[in-house]
Amino acid sequence: MHLETDVIPLLEMRGISKTFSGLRVLKNVGLKVFPGEIHALMGENGAGKSTLMKILSGAYQADDGGEIRINDQPIASYHPGTAKDLGIAVIYQELSLCPNLTVAENIYLGRELRRGWTVDRKGMEAGCIEVLARLGAEFKPATVVGTLSIAERQLVEIARALHAHAKILVMDEPTTPLSSRETDRLFSLIKQLRSQGLAIIYISHRMAEIYELSDRVSVLRDGEYVGELARDGLSAEVLVKMMVGRDLSGFYKKEHAAYDPGAVVMRVRDMADGKRVRGCSFDLHVGEVLGIAGLVGAGRTELARLIFAADPRTGGTLEVAGKPVTLLRNPADAIAAGIVYLTEDRKAQGLFLDMSVADNINVCACVPDARAGGILDRKHAAQRATDAIRSLSIRVASGKVNVGALSGGNQQKVLLARLLEVKPHVLILDEPTRGVDIGSKSEIYRIINQLAKAGVGIVVISSELPEIIGTCDRVLVMREGRLVAQVGGASGHEISQEAIIDFATGGEQVAAHG
Amino acid sequence: MSMATPATPETVARRERIRELMRSVGMLPVLILLLVGFALASENFLTVQNLSIITQQASVNVVLAAGMTFVILTAGIDLSVGAILAASAVVALQASMSPQFGMLGIFAGIAFGLLLGLVNGGLIAFLRLPPFIVTLGALTAMRGLARLLADDKTVFNPDLPFAFIGNDSILGVPWLVVIAIAVVMLSWFILRRTVMGVQIYSVGGNPEAARLSGIKVWKVLLFVYAMSGALAGLGAVMSASRLFAANGLQLGQSYELDAIAAVILGGTSFVGGVGTIGGTLIGALIIAVLTNGLVLLGVSDIWQYIIKGIVIIGAVALDRYRQSGTRT
Repeated sequence: MHLETDVIPLLEMRGISKTFSGLRVLKNVGLKVFPGEIHALMGENGAGKSTLMKILSGAYQADDGGEIRINDQPIASYHPGTAKDLGIAVIYQELSLCPNLTVAENIYLGRELRRGWTVDRKGMEAGCIEVLARLGAEFKPATVVGTLSIAERQLVEIARALHAHAKILVMDEPTTPLSSRETDRLFSLIKQLRSQGLAIIYISHRMAEIYELSDRVSVLRDGEYVGELARDGLSAEVLVKMMVGRDLSGFYKKEHAAYDPGAVVMRVRDMADGKRVRGCSFDLHVGEVLGIAGLVGAGRTELARLIFAADPRTGGTLEVAGKPVTLLRNPADAIAAGIVYLTEDRKAQGLFLDMSVADNINVCACVPDARAGGILDRKHAAQRATDAIRSLSIRVASGKVNVGALSGGNQQKVLLARLLEVKPHVLILDEPTRGVDIGSKSEIYRIINQLAKAGVGIVVISSELPEIIGTCDRVLVMREGRLVAQVGGASGHEISQEAIIDFATGGEQVAAHG
Repeated sequence: MSMATPATPETVARRERIRELMRSVGMLPVLILLLVGFALASENFLTVQNLSIITQQASVNVVLAAGMTFVILTAGIDLSVGAILAASAVVALQASMSPQFGMLGIFAGIAFGLLLGLVNGGLIAFLRLPPFIVTLGALTAMRGLARLLADDKTVFNPDLPFAFIGNDSILGVPWLVVIAIAVVMLSWFILRRTVMGVQIYSVGGNPEAARLSGIKVWKVLLFVYAMSGALAGLGAVMSASRLFAANGLQLGQSYELDAIAAVILGGTSFVGGVGTIGGTLIGALIIAVLTNGLVLLGVSDIWQYIIKGIVIIGAVALDRYRQSGTRT
């Protein structure tokens, strides 16, 4: 690798700081990236990774005193156009393609070929055959992007970067929306690009990906550059310590008592939507934390949304606390029956970003609280908000602050508070710690434990196996719309990563109701 | 790269406070500026009589804009309020002709507006049609309905039993102004103090999150369009009580545009979820002051239109510019 000091870095960022309305989010950060290397950038949420990359792409301007050098040449003024001219391309989490245009039109976006007054579609389509072939793409240049899968769209983004002769490729959590097969394909592509001399800055939270890909790792914490590790020096312990600044042994805790197999709080039978969920049945017990594991696309979220009546179902019955739920047409009915659901997409489906923390917490509970004529009980609401902020340790100055101003972890706790205020029997958590910093993560686990102790039945859906294994009493594995196996509990299988992966990818076991 | 200003916690806190203040006063500075400007330009402007005229002229638009605020807060739009006003005014006048129960005209006008609003709301909530399309269709259809009901004539009632609304005062305050203030206060109460208010902001801010929170979105939509319709009906009673007449062809023509302009001037977001009734009141007053002041100054009708349009766009542009620092 290129650790020798005499190699000139392709990109060097020196003394980069960034201040937002008085708050310094980056403090004197430096970064060196060499050609032909995959450089991982790690750090908790809010550590400053995205801000640093936005400065690199020219979306933000750094404070005075910072310097960006390409091939040892300082770049005087820096804006989005500069980054493009210098061959820096950023593949954002939210893909930035126009779904209504074709692959070729997207690749040539902003640099369209012309023939006289008209766009030269034929020329553009011919012009990107080569780059698509280089990436092993199986779609045609004339395909409309909206019809492609997420993985294929990512390929189009990469193709666009390569076609514009990018030398530095920034990838921000590219595997989040991908299945494991698609991830494998992406990784071999990234390695191929490295061997062609590109420098790749790779941002991810997932340790396994960092091991697999990176030549070097830089770690940011609270806007500061903590240090750099070469491939040989990589270990999870050291990395986590660098990211968090403290030891995290005993991170996952199972503190609640074992559940009573006789006390069923929710009985789900033959849930189906005719598409992605095919006849799922299981029991959830009082005080149980039940995991649902499976690959992306296995139908876990869809199953949860069926139970919560967020989507129409073609069949299935539900029993909560011994009573059959006869009326289950919409989430309002599910909530009335004592079931609540924490969505996996907090911003799009959970929060009211323009509303205050207190209003976000009270939006469900204010209905039963209200006095005659639907008049709000404001005293009670304010009290609820204050109590919830304290008991879930939500870090916010007061309940009047807009929820949009909070960090991901605190936003998640606000959502959780909203659900808990209706005193549910059953709590379904869909990716409860996605996009949440490590501190809030451990607090969310603490809350899960507390609720289980209090007798709430909890379903945890998660793509992070350590989380499932660390928090759940029993795990159901889902594959292609069916619950195919059970580990832990009375199943005779130990809860282990291997067992879950085996069942999720095709191992056999007859599902039991438990 | 720009020099970052040194920021101590105190200066940051002060800046936050100033921003908070700016947000809460909204367009009030523009209104004050207009008042001062016209007062300096014309000595007839700042008289008790003229201010009374301005508030009376503003009152119908305040009532319509209050209804429009509910609708726009849910990220919707109601283009049909002017047409509903015309149809309701015809119904109110026709009811007012009945010998003993002429006062029922008030009730009939409001009820008919409510009914038409429910039709709008039903189409939007249950058939999931876009509000713009539904109320655009309603704008035409309901104006046709108004002409049909009036047999395409002007309905006239010289002995209007509720004429006091348009012509009398209570304790020196014109009834029209009293009604407008009452509507603003009622709207404020609904938006700020009731469950429905919270749910209106929720549905406007994030409809999917609202649904998953157990809010019945259809109920909220039905409510806001019914509210807008009922207030258009009230506006109809107010207009009719001044004119002693109503017809389908001209009454309420393009009133929806003034109502929308007032709401937007008041700082309510077109994408829903953000806005206040107080802002709408200020917006409606800005429009009324501008109209009145330009007339007093003898500005021609043509130029009034041009200036009003420019002020609306300019004020909102100013607002955007002013708030651009608040989100990072």
